[in-house]
Amino acid sequence: MRTHSVSVLVTALVTGALARPAMVVPAAPAGAAGTISGKVTYTGTPPKMKPIDMAKEPNCVTQHAAAPVLTENVVTGPGNTLRWVVVYVSAGDQGSAPATETVRLDQKGCQYIPHVLVVQPNQPLDIYNNDPHSHNIHPLARVNPEWNRSQPAGAPPIHTKWELPEFIPVKCNVHPWMHGWHMVLTTSHYAVTGEDGAFTLSGLPPGKYTVTAWQEQFGTQSQDVTITGGETKTANFVFKATPY
Amino acid sequence: MRSYTRWVAVVSGWGVLLLAAGAASLRAQESHIGKLTGHAAAGKDLYRRYCVGCHGPDGDGAGENAPWIDPKPRDFTLAVFKCRSTPTGTLPTDQDLLNAMTRGFVTTNMPPWRPLTNQHRADLVAYIKTFSSKWKTLKPGTPITIPAEPRLTIESVLHGRGLYQKMECWKCHGSKGHADGPSAATLTDNKDLPIRPYDFATGSRFMCGVTNEDLYKIFMTGLDGTPMPSFADNLQPADAWDLVHFLRTLQPLKTPEAALWKAWLAAHAAELKPIGPGGPGGGGGR
Repeated sequence: MRTHSVSVLVTALVTGALARPAMVVPAAPAGAAGTISGKVTYTGTPPKMKPIDMAKEPNCVTQHAAAPVLTENVVTGPGNTLRWVVVYVSAGDQGSAPATETVRLDQKGCQYIPHVLVVQPNQPLDIYNNDPHSHNIHPLARVNPEWNRSQPAGAPPIHTKWELPEFIPVKCNVHPWMHGWHMVLTTSHYAVTGEDGAFTLSGLPPGKYTVTAWQEQFGTQSQDVTITGGETKTANFVFKATPY
Repeated sequence: MRSYTRWVAVVSGWGVLLLAAGAASLRAQESHIGKLTGHAAAGKDLYRRYCVGCHGPDGDGAGENAPWIDPKPRDFTLAVFKCRSTPTGTLPTDQDLLNAMTRGFVTTNMPPWRPLTNQHRADLVAYIKTFSSKWKTLKPGTPITIPAEPRLTIESVLHGRGLYQKMECWKCHGSKGHADGPSAATLTDNKDLPIRPYDFATGSRFMCGVTNEDLYKIFMTGLDGTPMPSFADNLQPADAWDLVHFLRTLQPLKTPEAALWKAWLAAHAAELKPIGPGGPGGGGGR
């Protein structure tokens, strides 16, 4: 019995040692992993983003004296593109290594920068206050614990993390116009669109995937995409915009 | 014979597993407060008699009286509670829940439930915890440590006043504690419903108690679900006690803090810069 388990162990070690280079080899030729890319646009009339009145916080009025900050719930670009859309693999992910790189959120000029951030469960998240006054960070989490912490001027960053997947709206109660999103995703295949609405999800091994695009006001859309090898598939998303 | 032993082993193994699972789910149905053990099953009948009208049969705060109540009854399905001895973002202790129920909530429709026996209140605590699965997956936080209150001095009050400016308590609570700061009018809770900051001029009771220690806990744990954050990251215990001493002077009460402050002001009022935008520098600046 004992010899048997030892021999099993040895076999496992040997096959493991052999399998390791064998597993790397197929991945080495360029293009074994596929890519899904595309653009997020809208049809219809999106709401107009309004200048934010920051009169309650004179510091922030001064910081934005040149150009007032606009609301960010629907940010568009030339060619009807949509910014701040999170595009991610919502099904079919073949496993992602836990993310360890620290994600940074800044509070500057009474704005969350970035407006939308993505973290994976337990990925370190550091929150900085760069303003010469207080903020309170109040993530309205439901699945994760809801908390609310004050961060006065000059206070050290808050080191935190989210344990469970959830789309968490975040606000500052002192400055009610401050809104942001912490998107906790289990997949490492995600992108947040810039003003050009473009996204690229790369490094996808062959398989069937569901790709989902989320926009804070227009909701989510999904498409199924099959990757068979080192190819680039296109998946475009078009949201119906309503002015209100 | 051999197969029989195996069968017994398998069956008893399952038995142990079932017992363990049963014990865990049973513990989630209990509350433990001092020597008292509350039972959810007993709490259910009490809840349906005393609590259901506001908090609703599903514990979601949507009882039949809820539309006429402001602020709205607590939604137990969220497992987010204002009055805790535990840090922000953690579950309260059973004792915290019992204390809240016993005390009631000033400026709300939640009365003190003193007419109920301790056992009944403990049973209700156990039942309230059945409305959210968080009570099964998470443990209550560890209560914060509160060192003994230092001696009251005018330096302590003045330093507390500097902190009220520096921590920007005045942004919501106002420069005199009258709940009229620049951000007071736009505050919303975690359900986006309007909510008012505490007005120190209105009276004796705070949202979570009446003592100096209760006041300390309020701003060091935050009132979760409301705009009131925790200041524990940036206030040392000595600072926190100084802030308590100053906050007491904002109340129209005959407290030692108010008496000391009044006496000091009689001779020094002109030295004080008003609190608010461009007010005194932090750390005790006058």
